Amino acid sequence: MSAKSAAINSSSPNGSVKKLATTIPGFDLICEGGLPEHRTTLISGTAGSAKTVFAAQFLAEGIVNENQSGVFVTFEESPDDIRRNMLGFGWDIAEWEKQNRWCFVDASSQPNVDTVVSGKYDLGALLARIEHAVRKVNGCRVAIDSLGAIFSQLPDHSVVRSELFRTATALRQMNVTALLTAERTQEYGDIARYGVEEFVADNVVILRNTLEEEKRRRTVEVLKFRGTAHQKGEYPFTVIPGKGVVVLPLSAIELKQKSSDLRVTSGNEDLDRMCGGGFFRDSIILVSGATGTGKTLITAEFIAGAARRGERCLLFAFEESREQLFRNARGWGHDFGKMENDGYLRVICEYPEVLGLEDHLIRIKQYIEEFKPDRVAVDSLSALERVSTEKGFREFVIGVTSHIKHQEITGLFTATAPSLLGGSSVTESHISTITDSIILLRYIETLGEIRRGVTVLKMRGSAHEKKIREVMIDGDGMHIGVPFRDVSGILSGSPTHVSSSELERIGGLFADDDPKK
Amino acid sequence: MIYKLTLYITGRTYSSECAAENLRRILEKECPGAYEITIVDVVERPEEAETHRVLATPTLIKESPPPVRRIVGDMSDTCKVLLGLGLNSANAKEVNQR
Repeated sequence: MSAKSAAINSSSPNGSVKKLATTIPGFDLICEGGLPEHRTTLISGTAGSAKTVFAAQFLAEGIVNENQSGVFVTFEESPDDIRRNMLGFGWDIAEWEKQNRWCFVDASSQPNVDTVVSGKYDLGALLARIEHAVRKVNGCRVAIDSLGAIFSQLPDHSVVRSELFRTATALRQMNVTALLTAERTQEYGDIARYGVEEFVADNVVILRNTLEEEKRRRTVEVLKFRGTAHQKGEYPFTVIPGKGVVVLPLSAIELKQKSSDLRVTSGNEDLDRMCGGGFFRDSIILVSGATGTGKTLITAEFIAGAARRGERCLLFAFEESREQLFRNARGWGHDFGKMENDGYLRVICEYPEVLGLEDHLIRIKQYIEEFKPDRVAVDSLSALERVSTEKGFREFVIGVTSHIKHQEITGLFTATAPSLLGGSSVTESHISTITDSIILLRYIETLGEIRRGVTVLKMRGSAHEKKIREVMIDGDGMHIGVPFRDVSGILSGSPTHVSSSELERIGGLFADDDPKK
Repeated sequence: MIYKLTLYITGRTYSSECAAENLRRILEKECPGAYEITIVDVVERPEEAETHRVLATPTLIKESPPPVRRIVGDMSDTCKVLLGLGLNSANAKEVNQR
């Protein structure tokens, strides 16, 4: 191998490509370690797909977490604009510049200066400036933002292309890990404009910002890493103040939760009995029912049950205001205000519309981290359906449930059924296989009267009662009464009254096996 | 009127020398003795290139007389160089006289 190719081929002695952990939250998980070290990765995306934030964050995370300094080459925005724009993410670039940990190479266009082209030229000055900056801060990471802008600054595209290829080669020889951003015109189409992928084709990451059903959805996809593995497909991400890009590697989550035989109370003795002795501690319980069937009540009992045992509960309420919720709980004999003061409860009331679903997920995780609850309740999960696409919602549900399970806390979610009688919701179909227990609340119309029924549909890892029992609500909360014996078709939503003679006849069908007869 | 010019080049490459040579030839013809050229090698003094935000080489920056103008390339297109230096009027007269 010649000296030159040895310098270009930066793989480690054993032949595998080493990775540099970017420490951008979640991103390293889908990269299976990070970006290929000492190589150049192309980040391609349409306008507004957070390319510049991603590029700046690549350097910022290196400075904050890894003590690696960086060089930012800007072709588009001026350094002043970048310094100002990135302050909102908590990155004090001006301060880092003073500490010699961040260095700008300002190649942004100067609109007030006329430029005339006369004859052949190259980008030698740019390369010399980048090399100078890397030496100056002893840089480990280089971000170049964005390639499209340099093509609009200089007229001869073939020169620019070959010069960028030279720059990419030089970057490798400098032993820096570089990230180049490039524009694309369509979310699904050519990798980038001006054919830039041809000279930095080794590693390509695509940022997308698509509009689905009037909702914006950001995703990141590692298209290819030459010679090394990565997760495939699109992963949602979000850009949040104070943090920057946060990738949600949902499908990369492993199913490796522990499970225990420890039981906790649902807060209601009758319900505990129906569940065969209470909920399992690290399980997810779904309470499904139409509006007014008592979902919030079960949530309140769940919270009160925790407080009685000295456990802490975190409640996310997306349907009612704080005052409403506290008043209703008082009506059932539960004093949420006192529980909060005693530190057993924290209630977070928010309109689902205030944030995107990805941001909700991050907030929920944050609150769990801060409060460290034994139990988490979400009332209701279906309210969040409104703010997202079906796919986004499914990812959110998986994200929340897996996070809760990893923390070994009990989670109780409510889902609102769309119709008054029977029926199932989107929430149910997405979540039902993930949940360990499902409790169904139903309206039952019998003889001109609306009554409420409850049944335990599923209880993973335990026996449970199969009967549908009547629910009564009064000033002391929820009471579960006798089973509905003379009504059938409750689950399907068309209950029919069965006369007592018919009951006897059906009972008689199995009479031969009954030893009592 | 003195032309103050700075030429940014990268080392002793062919295009660097071409640019310097072409420039001197044009200036000697158009305004002999009325110009000052500073040559900056960006490999040796990258901070100069950074301060003046030079991207391509060779680049000629005309600092005075105003307006500030940049000419990028090996200066082989004389017409464009004259245009960039603001000497095109003299050149145009010459063409008219012919």
